[in-house]
Amino acid sequence: MIDKYTLWFVIFGLGIGSFLLRFTFLGFVGDRPLPEWLLRHLRYTAVAILPALCAPLVVYSGTDGSTDPTRVIAAIATVAAGILTRNTFIAIAAGAAALFGSVYLIG
Amino acid sequence: MPITTTKSAFWAGVRDGAPFMVVAGPFAMLFGVLATEAGLNLFEVMSFSVVVIAGAAQFTALQLMQDNAPVVIVLISALAVNLRVAMYSAALTPYLGSAPLWQRIFAAYLLVDQSYALSHAKYEAMPQMGVPQRMAYYFGTCTLVMMVWFGCSYAGAALGTALPADIPLDFALPIAFLSMVAPMVRTLPHLIAALVAILVSLVAVAVPYSLGLLIAGLAGMMAGAKAEVLLGKRQAP
Repeated sequence: MIDKYTLWFVIFGLGIGSFLLRFTFLGFVGDRPLPEWLLRHLRYTAVAILPALCAPLVVYSGTDGSTDPTRVIAAIATVAAGILTRNTFIAIAAGAAALFGSVYLIG
Repeated sequence: MPITTTKSAFWAGVRDGAPFMVVAGPFAMLFGVLATEAGLNLFEVMSFSVVVIAGAAQFTALQLMQDNAPVVIVLISALAVNLRVAMYSAALTPYLGSAPLWQRIFAAYLLVDQSYALSHAKYEAMPQMGVPQRMAYYFGTCTLVMMVWFGCSYAGAALGTALPADIPLDFALPIAFLSMVAPMVRTLPHLIAALVAILVSLVAVAVPYSLGLLIAGLAGMMAGAKAEVLLGKRQAP
C-alpha cells in the first residue's frame, strides 16, 4: 500500500516538475539553441528509460525472481507487433492476446 | 483550408485533435484502473491526472511507489520519462514565444504529445499564421484530448475495483509501455539505446533505492548518442 504522505508529495512534486519541464523553454529560455550534444542525448530518453523500466518486470516476472514464460511471450508479441505495424493499439492488442493465450495454454 | 480568424483556428485545432481521443482514452482509463488497484481513491486518482497530465510519467511513478522506492527516485525517474516535453517546449518556442505570459503558462500546462505534434506540423505548414491564431489552434488541439484524459481517468478509477480478480493486470503496464516505445524505435541508434538500457537494467536490478532504472536509462541514452555519432550524422526527425 502506498503511503498517503508519499503519494501527495509525488503528485505535487511531479506536477511542479512536469510544469517546469514544459515551461522552461516556452517561458524562460526563449529561442536560443540548445547544445547539440544535449539534444543528441535527449533524443534517446524515451527509448532508453521505458524499456529499462519494463525489462526487469518481464524477466523477473515469476515468484522469487524467476521468469514467468507467459510474461515473456506477451512482451515479445507486443514489441514485435509495435515494430512491424508502428501502431500502439495493434501492439497492445497483440500483447494482451498473447498474454491471455499463453496464460490459458501454459497456466 | 484557410485559417483567417482566431475562432476558425481554434475549431481547426479541435477537428485535428479529435482522432487523438482514441489514443488518450485507453491510457487514461488504464491509469485509473491501476492506480485504484494500487490503493488510490477516486480523489487521489483525479488529482494525479489533473496535476500531472503525463501518462508515462504517471505509470512510472505508480510502479516505483508500489516498489517502495525513495521519493527522490520516484520523482527523478518519472520526470526523466517525461523529459521529451522539454524538447517539445523548445520546439514550439519560436512560434509561441511572443504570446502573452498567461497564455504561455496555460500552453505549458497543456503541452502533451498530441498538442505538440499537431501544432508544430501546422505552424511549419502555414508560416503566415499570426501568434493569436497559433495559440487558438494550439488550445483547440488540447480541448477534446483533455476532456477525454480526465473523463477516462475517472471512468478507470470507478471501474478499477469492479474488474474480476483473475485478469493479469500486473502486466498491463509493461504492455502499455512496450507498445508506446516499440514504434519509436526507428533507427539503429534507437535500437542500440533500447538494448543497452535493457541489459543494464537487468544487471542493475539489485542496485538499492531503485537507482538501477536511472543508471540503465543514462547508459542507454549515452549508447544511443554515441551510436548516432559513430554511424554518421543521421538525424532523428
